[in-house]
Amino acid sequence: MFRAQGIGKSYPGVRANDDVSFWVAPGEIHALLGENGAGKSTLVKMIYGLVRPDDGQMTLNGQPHQPADPRAARAAGVAMVFQHFSLFDALTVAENIALGMENPPPRRELSARIAQVSRDFGLPLNPARRIVTLSAGERQRVEIIRCLLQNPRLLIMDEPTSVLTPQEAELLFATLRTLADRGTAILYISHKLDEIRTHCDRATILRHGRVVDSCDPRAHSARDLAAMMVGGAMRPIDRSGRRAGEVLLQVGALSQPAPSAEGTALKSVALTLRAGEILGIGGVAGNGQDELLAALSGEARSAPGTILLGGADLSRLGPEARRRAGLLAAPEDRLGHAAVPDFSLAENALLTAGARKGLVRKGLIDRPAARAFAESVIRAFDVRTPGPGTAARALSGGNLQKFVIGREVIQAPRVLAVNQPTWGVDAGAAAAVRQSLLDLARSGAGVIVISQDLDELLELSDRFCALNEGRLSDPVPTEGLTLDRIGLMLGGAHGMEVAHP
Amino acid sequence: MIRLVPRTETPALLQVVTPVLAVLATMLAGGLLFAVMGYDPVAAIKTIFWDPLFGPAASYSRPQLLVKAAPLILIASGLAVGFRAGIWNIGAEGQYIIGAITGAAVALTAYPAAGMWIFPAMVIAGAAGGWAWGMIPALLRNWFGASEILVSLMLVYVAQRIAAWMAFGPMKNPEGFGFPGSRNLQQYPAAANPELIPGTGAHWGVVAAVLAVLATWFLMSRHIRGFHIRAAGAAPRAARFAGVKPETLVAFCLGLSGALAGMAGLFEVAGPAGQITDKVGVGYGFTAIIVAFLGRLHPVGILLAGLLLALTYIGGELAQLTMNLPAATVQVFQGMLLFFLLGFDLLTRYRIARRITA
Repeated sequence: MFRAQGIGKSYPGVRANDDVSFWVAPGEIHALLGENGAGKSTLVKMIYGLVRPDDGQMTLNGQPHQPADPRAARAAGVAMVFQHFSLFDALTVAENIALGMENPPPRRELSARIAQVSRDFGLPLNPARRIVTLSAGERQRVEIIRCLLQNPRLLIMDEPTSVLTPQEAELLFATLRTLADRGTAILYISHKLDEIRTHCDRATILRHGRVVDSCDPRAHSARDLAAMMVGGAMRPIDRSGRRAGEVLLQVGALSQPAPSAEGTALKSVALTLRAGEILGIGGVAGNGQDELLAALSGEARSAPGTILLGGADLSRLGPEARRRAGLLAAPEDRLGHAAVPDFSLAENALLTAGARKGLVRKGLIDRPAARAFAESVIRAFDVRTPGPGTAARALSGGNLQKFVIGREVIQAPRVLAVNQPTWGVDAGAAAAVRQSLLDLARSGAGVIVISQDLDELLELSDRFCALNEGRLSDPVPTEGLTLDRIGLMLGGAHGMEVAHP
Repeated sequence: MIRLVPRTETPALLQVVTPVLAVLATMLAGGLLFAVMGYDPVAAIKTIFWDPLFGPAASYSRPQLLVKAAPLILIASGLAVGFRAGIWNIGAEGQYIIGAITGAAVALTAYPAAGMWIFPAMVIAGAAGGWAWGMIPALLRNWFGASEILVSLMLVYVAQRIAAWMAFGPMKNPEGFGFPGSRNLQQYPAAANPELIPGTGAHWGVVAAVLAVLATWFLMSRHIRGFHIRAAGAAPRAARFAGVKPETLVAFCLGLSGALAGMAGLFEVAGPAGQITDKVGVGYGFTAIIVAFLGRLHPVGILLAGLLLALTYIGGELAQLTMNLPAATVQVFQGMLLFFLLGFDLLTRYRIARRITA
């Protein structure tokens, strides 16, 4: 059905795709698997006519496929559902679909066809509903139906399940299977190994812009696939060698008003953290995670006596004084909070490591020292970047996250608090970040991990507590804790994502 | 169809080229304007940009270049520091006027004493006056969240009224036959700010401007405070995470730019202007905003931009004298320059692309 031969595409400084060849058969659900930055998006953008390849040929149905723009690609029978929807909230489903068509039929006829398609493929959707009232899954159905109305021969799905609940994902796969059975070829982009193993017929694995393998995903374990994706076997996480020591950090009766209308107030949060221990704090984002981290980092000051490090009261001190005392933090938002996007890595190293690493003396910046420190973070944490002069915004999410966490870990904190340390990060970088937190705890530091990813918390933490509407539950040991128990602890907090790495 | 696409990276060359393009576009548009008004455009442009430096009367106008550039550079150096942090002091003109008044007050109080201490004391008083005037918007912003843009701008008009009051009241020259205006400080040796090297126009203000360029360059590139200022401008949340208190930065930036503007006012009133009148403020504080942006908020750029804007002042006056161009020519030119600069600046942040239908 579709064949790509020797496709290559370069951007300044990167070879996004290099000699990529693969084919998709009619009626096949074909997975395109790879880490963030492996070149999946560039490849499908070329198929959809958004980007032109530098070299190589594509054929569709035996015809040369060289779309000048997405309109030409659609005319050739290619349809694509993007990760981010392009729908007008105020309009109805039918109106949105009509807007995306070249020659929309009369509204009544269109509504009938929408209803027809949604019945045929088991995608329940009312054409008269307004987009604003729809869930993420229903919005995606609008995009899918918009594609199906074109009778595509090749349907491209870009990470479709990242916004779906498990039930919605099941429904989606049923639809895709129906579609495939009628002869449509489906190119399915994802890095979720389990769903690819259950639902895809074949997988092409990309790494650093090249095809590294093509296989039947059902014949391989998730671990094998991950190894192909990352290159080299995934190191199992090593939790050994840690012993809880003396109490390092004591937080008590920490109450903070909400910092803004969208913020969450903290309500008498209390916790103790021992040396060598990792405390996991779970909960759905927006329940006080950012506020708790700000109270720990010193960005928000709290009442005297609420935050004690080794018995010393830090509650009224700012971030710099807390860093000198040994309490370090890494906020969730990498670009704009943990790092200045336009600054080089060397300058971003200076952002938090000035005092502890002697990069600033009597107010004067020691630039060579800042550069050397940034280089040591880059080396120790395998940050893939040309060097410390690169701007933070030029790094991929995973590499910047390794840098931001590494910058704090190398400073040898007594206590490190991190928020969403692996959010939006590829599997290889996530494993490296998690291992570094475990290593830090083994060296005798206390670590607080705030995360939405329950598997991550179960993997890392010794004790677990739940943050819900600004209240922190009592901690329970993670050993022997089940997901059901955690669900109960979260006290009715819905939407907690259980990831399957 | 043409559309603008945000750039991920700004080519370094473009940073330098856009101010030059803006100057060329100003010349072109200015020439067009002169042609429409019935003047010879080539002669007008030559009178404004060439004659002050190399024309027949250049020996008179050349020293004026430093005289006009010094206050612009001094004020713009301070403003640029705040602008880098996203703190917008639009009222340097007011801080300039107050600095002139407080500095002159020291001299007028000491009159007719002689002493080496008088001039340095005036400089300090001028800086302190400008600093205090700059602290008003700083404190109002820190305490009540008032916009420093509006408050500092409004305080310009307050300062102008104070200058008029001083010229007609407390500071009026007792030997001035009832004319408004203070004693002429140029005729009071202990307080005068004379030309240091004859024929160059260089007075103490020029020295201060050079020092300000060096000091702000050092601050912004070598000192942690300058690093924090840049961080606050580029990513406020990251700066706060690093430990920057926004209130401290607001007070620092408005205080610094106020002090430098006040100092510029003092040098002017003790030198070229000579006395406090109701027209102490001649617009340097506003023109310095153009200088700061034309110079890319970089000390060296500000040095060059200050000289260029000084040239438009002198050339404009020359064109008034020799070609009878209207007096507003200078302001039109400066306005066009800022307009074109901001226009071309778009190109540093966006690139032009042909529309791709999605």
